[in-house]
Amino acid sequence: MAKSNEPIWWSLFSAGGVVAALLVPIHIVLFGIAWPLGMLPADALEFSRMQALLAHPLTRLYCFVLISLPLFHWAHRFRFTLVDLGLHGAAMLIAVLCYGAAIAGTIVAALTLWG
Amino acid sequence: MKPYIRPMPATWWLKRSPYLLFMIRELTSVFVAAYVVIFLLMIRSLNEGQAAYEACLESLKSPLAIVFHMVALAFALFHTITWFHLTPKAMAVRIGEERVKPALIIAPNYVAWAVLSAIVAWFILG
Repeated sequence: MAKSNEPIWWSLFSAGGVVAALLVPIHIVLFGIAWPLGMLPADALEFSRMQALLAHPLTRLYCFVLISLPLFHWAHRFRFTLVDLGLHGAAMLIAVLCYGAAIAGTIVAALTLWG
Repeated sequence: MKPYIRPMPATWWLKRSPYLLFMIRELTSVFVAAYVVIFLLMIRSLNEGQAAYEACLESLKSPLAIVFHMVALAFALFHTITWFHLTPKAMAVRIGEERVKPALIIAPNYVAWAVLSAIVAWFILG
């Protein structure tokens, strides 16, 4: 059987799906809805507190996982969606662009968190 | 050899509601990815210092940002629910001859979701 790198992409897709399902909704609710609508205490997201939180190595690792894995999840789904929409001819290019974007996002996230 | 690909209009997924739901499920990943990019930008602003971070928090209050987050939340929840309901299909657990009821495999996902959401909120809001 020919070697395939498909299991790697599928594992990242699957892990990203789990992270997105379990953790993304609460982040959107807190930062994107509760905070702007004034449902949180005024000092809830205060600079020095958030900076201290992010200073912890485990918080950084958490943020890295939360950013990187859902990008691979997106790449895998979007790749096949575009092909399903009829772009069969560009399947290889689409795969390279999608996974490439996820890899680029992962590198930027790593540099932001540990650079 | 060139495989035969049956011609298909690009709008095939509008024809039946299961196809449409499939497409919406695939589209959830776009909103999830867009959100994590926003989250990354928030962390960048935190690294840049207090002024940049406070400007970032202020920009979250714009009506456009609030609408985006509400739409993104709807798609994120659609992903969460469809993902949980796929688990018994991806993981067919058997005890002896009997196949474990799908509901018993789905339910722990909701428990884990609630617990993790509470932990994240507790860490952020302290």
